Amino acid sequence: MIAFLFRRLLQGVAILVTVATVTFVLIHAAPGEPFAGQLDDVRFTPAQQAELRRQRGLDQPLATQYVRYMGRLARGDLDVSLAQQRPVRTILAEALPRTLLLMSAALFGGFALGILVGALQAARAGSWADRVAGRITVALAALPDFWLALTLLLLFSVRLRWFPVSGMVDPTMHEYLSPLGRLRDVAWHLALPATTMALIFAAVVARYQRQALLDVLPDDFVRSARAKGVSERGVVLRHALRNALLPTITLFGMALPALVGGSLFVEFIFAWPGMGRAAVEALSARDYPVVLGTTLVSSALVVVGSIVADLLAAAADPRLRRG
Amino acid sequence: MTDPLLRVEHLRTYFHSPAGIARAVDDVSFSIGRGETVGVVGESGCGKSVTALSLLRLIQAPGRIEAGSHIWFEGRDLLTLGAEDIRQVRGNRIAMIFQEPMTALNPVFTVGDQIAEVARVHDGASRKAAWERAVEMLALVGIPSPRERASNYPHQMSGGMRQRVLIAMALVMNPALLIADEPTTALDVTIQAQILELLAKVQQAFGTAILLITHDLGVVAETASRVVVMYGGQVVEEAPVRTLFADPGHPYTKGLMQAMPRVGMDRERLTTIPGSVPPPTAWPTGCRFRDRCGFAWPRCEAEAPALVPISAGHAARCHLAEVDRPPVAAPANAARST
Repeated sequence: MIAFLFRRLLQGVAILVTVATVTFVLIHAAPGEPFAGQLDDVRFTPAQQAELRRQRGLDQPLATQYVRYMGRLARGDLDVSLAQQRPVRTILAEALPRTLLLMSAALFGGFALGILVGALQAARAGSWADRVAGRITVALAALPDFWLALTLLLLFSVRLRWFPVSGMVDPTMHEYLSPLGRLRDVAWHLALPATTMALIFAAVVARYQRQALLDVLPDDFVRSARAKGVSERGVVLRHALRNALLPTITLFGMALPALVGGSLFVEFIFAWPGMGRAAVEALSARDYPVVLGTTLVSSALVVVGSIVADLLAAAADPRLRRG
Repeated sequence: MTDPLLRVEHLRTYFHSPAGIARAVDDVSFSIGRGETVGVVGESGCGKSVTALSLLRLIQAPGRIEAGSHIWFEGRDLLTLGAEDIRQVRGNRIAMIFQEPMTALNPVFTVGDQIAEVARVHDGASRKAAWERAVEMLALVGIPSPRERASNYPHQMSGGMRQRVLIAMALVMNPALLIADEPTTALDVTIQAQILELLAKVQQAFGTAILLITHDLGVVAETASRVVVMYGGQVVEEAPVRTLFADPGHPYTKGLMQAMPRVGMDRERLTTIPGSVPPPTAWPTGCRFRDRCGFAWPRCEAEAPALVPISAGHAARCHLAEVDRPPVAAPANAARST
């Protein structure tokens, strides 16, 4: 077990080094450069821009910059943002919890709903309810997330005014609210972006779960359970679903990176100040350290996610345990 | 004879599909007395497993037990019971063990859990009491160090042990009837003998009636007191085991016996019954065995034979078994007019 974890972590480090290298090369190969955005600012002369670049070492050969960056990275230093004059670590430390909040609400809500819908569909496979649910899930899974986000926004925020249009808190009132009131404020802002993501997750999960359960239901052990007098509910929920959850657990592991990466479009549309938005803003400002930082954190979670998925699968399936 | 424990009357289990109706079990009747062992014999596709599953109403769509069928058990027709009532019969009064010990157990629960579940659903036993019961049952079926083994998962056990686990699971509630569907088919010969011995022991100790479903006449000869031979979804012969072996009344039964390998047999090749079971969507007209029968004559095509009594407790579904019963070994009888 320890050896397994150690090996996986070592692989993870190799992956992160590769990701850092590839991202570094790609972002420097892309057109545009830092500080160019301020060009139309009359007080900001080309000479001053050049000076800024020199200060940050951007005039050095790419190889030198790369070695320098990897050296910092090895010491756990993510460098300082070019656009915000703040350490990247601080920016990520601010954005990450917000994305974690949004995406964990979306992931857990989405998976719970998806498993439930998929299981109910499989238990009544072929019924009209199953067919209707099938149409809905395929449509939701196929829709782009920004379309769904905009539709929900138009309907529930603009038309019905049930939910705020953007942000994570009420910009003026939040500071004056009681702790409980602040919590409610955040939850109220969270509702639409989390629902958008949750619906999409749920649709994908439901389709997986339905099929996984249908694959398991004809198995001999399901018949054994029926033959020993287990109720139909127990047969489906205890015996079949427990086995049919295995593929879903793998799916969950694969979805974990989204926790950190966030959804670029959904965060952008709802102005949710998380990782996705940080990454989009950094990209347009050519803020190299922040782009690298967000990419690395997402990659790290891919690694951790796949390890967690393996551990969860082993917990659910005794055949995968060693010894 | 008093009322039998189980009486199956005109059981018909059909599978409805766009390709047609598969009459997998077509008007089958038989009975089992208390504590009796009855063997149901036939090759793959003869309807014996579907019969077994029908008894506990475990047939899944598109299969259906047709109206007019009756399964009398302990004074009730199982086919008229509601979902909850039949659930209370399953694993409690009638238990079943299956052919594939490899797949019949749930891979994600310990065997102890799976045995204990029976006590929990039927007896409302507490978690702890049910677990103790599971350990007892494992000891009863001869699993060494049952307390440790109860925490094993199925994949940690051999095929023979898993079959013992299935038997333990079936015996938790001390059922009146145990249906064993090919319990030894997936096991090697020495383990087969052990499992059959265990079943015989169980029967003596608890007076459990056993319906033993098998394609192996050897297994039947060792364990059953009465035999039902099935072919084409029908009972083609029924007899006390000695009578059947001494004086088989149906050409199919004879064929099965000739196909049985015997110790000291000097032939290199086994005798086989030519052809295979026709699909249940298209049984031949008249006698369903006629295409493969060495004794078939025109009447076999024109008229479906009835199950005719030959002697006490012995009946066969063959025109040759009727009244004067000419010697079966003479196909020349085919010339006889109807």
